Amino acid sequence: MRDPARRITILPILASLGMLAIVARAVLALPPTAAGLAEEMQAGAKSTGIKNVVTAVLLDFRGYDTLLEIAVLMLATVAVLSLRADPAALSRRIAGRAGPVLGSLSRTLAPIMIIVAGHLVWVGSSEPGGAFQGGAVLGAAGILLVLSGYAQPAWAGQQVVRWVLTVGLLAFIGVALYPMLEGGALLEYPDESRKSLILFIEILLTLSIGASILSLFMASALADTGGERP
Amino acid sequence: MIYTFGGVLLFALGTYGLIARRHLIHKVISANFMGSGVFLILIGLGNRTPENGPDPVPQAMVLTGIVVTVALTALGLAIVKRYYTATGLTNLDDEPPAGDA
Repeated sequence: MRDPARRITILPILASLGMLAIVARAVLALPPTAAGLAEEMQAGAKSTGIKNVVTAVLLDFRGYDTLLEIAVLMLATVAVLSLRADPAALSRRIAGRAGPVLGSLSRTLAPIMIIVAGHLVWVGSSEPGGAFQGGAVLGAAGILLVLSGYAQPAWAGQQVVRWVLTVGLLAFIGVALYPMLEGGALLEYPDESRKSLILFIEILLTLSIGASILSLFMASALADTGGERP
Repeated sequence: MIYTFGGVLLFALGTYGLIARRHLIHKVISANFMGSGVFLILIGLGNRTPENGPDPVPQAMVLTGIVVTVALTALGLAIVKRYYTATGLTNLDDEPPAGDA
């Protein structure tokens, strides 16, 4: 078994160098300066009322990408959860491990992290921030609480969490389909309610992304306790 | 331009790791390397605009890509761990230890 492994090491190096050459050549073939879409996007963002151009691109001009991205995150979460980990095993492993400092520190930090997450979503329409950043902070707060023994890992598999997981995607699909009832196109937000619709989706997405990250982490951490170790 | 070529280099390194490394977690990390390389290339190329600051569209695409990478990594690691508990192996080449199904 060892000899073939040694013999094929030249092949990955060749593949890697070939990849390097192909991508470098593709990049070099591009003109050094390009007009880009910054001007159109800034003009478009002004008309949507969303001042942060990246947020406007994510949820408005390229809303379809974001919709599918949430679907991918959801699918991965469902797949990881379906590996049927055993939450009670992680509970037993964590139980009693956190000292008093970690316990009280995470109890102090968690509310602050929730406020930071809310703030990130709120400023996302005008400055850097948004649903993904807010969701990441929210998920991290949940992971901190679980690892410090304050929240039970079993919580990650409960019905409520599954609803929170799906509500972002469901709301996004609903808002995306709604204009089609009135003869519009998919994701063609009506102009007068554009900003409030985007904020509505972002808030629900933040909850879903936070719950996704927490579930992914918990289920991944648990996967090695799910089966019978030989 | 340095970011773009840093990205190209990362992508090539990731390709090597993905093929050459046998440990499954190394393969997941290599796939992450390739993803980060693509993000750096996109960000680097988005900065070619002479005025108006960097192009926001590649930035939004990278943000989308990061979330997809997180999903990929979590799923990959979960499957690797499950594979390890089921077979006791960390790569796809070896035979399972004697006595296993």
